[in-house]
Amino acid sequence: MAPPSSRRSGFSKKAQYSVFTGYLFASLGALLGLGLLVLSLWQPSTFAPLRGAAQDAVAPAGEGTAAVRSGTGGFFDSIAGFWNAGVQNKELREEVEIARIRLAEAKAVEAENERLKSLLALAEGEIEPVATTRLIGSSSTSSRRFAYIGVGRVDGVTVGMPVRSPRGVVGRVLEVARGSSRVLLLTDSESVLPVRRAEDDTVAFAEGRGDGLLRIRLINLGLNPLKEGDVFVTSGAGGYYRPGVAVAILTELTPDGGIARLIADPSATDFVSVEPVYEPVSAGTAELPETQTLDGGSE
Amino acid sequence: MERYAPGARSDRYGSRINRAQSPWRALTVPYATIMLASVLPFILLADVMPLLPPLGYLMLLGWRIMRPGLLPLWVGVPLGAFDDLFSGQPFGSAILLWSVAMITLEIIESRFPWRGFWQDWLSAGLAIFLYLASAMLVSGSQITLPLVLAALPQLLLSILLYPILAQAIAVLDRFRLSRSRRIG
Repeated sequence: MAPPSSRRSGFSKKAQYSVFTGYLFASLGALLGLGLLVLSLWQPSTFAPLRGAAQDAVAPAGEGTAAVRSGTGGFFDSIAGFWNAGVQNKELREEVEIARIRLAEAKAVEAENERLKSLLALAEGEIEPVATTRLIGSSSTSSRRFAYIGVGRVDGVTVGMPVRSPRGVVGRVLEVARGSSRVLLLTDSESVLPVRRAEDDTVAFAEGRGDGLLRIRLINLGLNPLKEGDVFVTSGAGGYYRPGVAVAILTELTPDGGIARLIADPSATDFVSVEPVYEPVSAGTAELPETQTLDGGSE
Repeated sequence: MERYAPGARSDRYGSRINRAQSPWRALTVPYATIMLASVLPFILLADVMPLLPPLGYLMLLGWRIMRPGLLPLWVGVPLGAFDDLFSGQPFGSAILLWSVAMITLEIIESRFPWRGFWQDWLSAGLAIFLYLASAMLVSGSQITLPLVLAALPQLLLSILLYPILAQAIAVLDRFRLSRSRRIG
């Protein structure tokens, strides 16, 4: 199909000028975009209020899809459950037996913990979440991994607060708007989280790879002590996350650590809770020397 | 008396007489659909990798290629700014890339005025590939091999989606120009 002849300028000076003006405006627009892009890469939070207003406007629609998503998830799960009922029943019985034993063991450990804590005179209560909400959206076309939650400044959310699901860590609040916030997911390539192995104190960094997996990088190099199936939990270093929250399971070994899968898959979670920053003071001081590690110049 | 064939006075939009389009609808449908397509990926959840095609950009490409001259050349600025609010990219990336895409398509069209479906798909596919690659470059993330590999399904999906989207735009275009009221 050829373009309509009215779009050919021919010898008409007026038409030629209008074509020229079109190109001029488009080029100026591209330059403007370049300028804004450089500005927002340099100062990522420059346009946060603008984005925040837009997020707030779309948030109700996101709440709707979130409700539908969890609803349909349950629907398919229940069909699958129906088919697998018999086998699952037997397996679950065995699992319950083992779990009872483990529970008894855990109680013993808990009791001992209580005793040791009382010796140390540590007062530690359950952390009260700031807000509970749903993931209402994500940056599903961009190579950055952001999610959006349906609570914001009016609910008491501030920048830096960890976001977790019942299973484990999901991410950390990056920008706060009035009624919604932007969350940097663990899988984002700018996300770095200090972790340790659950069974001992092998410390490492969990870095997002941008493809849904985490790269576990050991801090102490040498012989790689990890093995597949190791569970990593937050170490509490840096002060943002409280220690002992599940993060990832190791699936593959590499010379300096391994590749791990997320425990709290954000798209499979229904509700997430926003928790207060674990130790605001140490979070602040940790930022000073290690801005790259904690913030990564990320936005 | 000589009679016309029943279809002689109509084209594919219906009867050619007594047909008044709604100017409001004729002007807003392209912009509204592009903006809607920009918002849609925001409310869908893809946490693992960039999976959804950049629908807003695809819609812009589609309207630009299917209906040359309908969108002004500088339209990438306002529509790109709107897309940037929701895409998770740093603000300004869509303004820049959409403007560049509009200019490039205009130049391609002035070079090759006669074209068909396959050439449209080829130019759209190239435009999608270049857009996704440069969007990744300016997104502010570290470019690593896993990141690039994770973007391949999105690229494939976007290129395969273009013909379907072109059909959808044709339907929307028919809706845009259909009769809104009878005169007299």
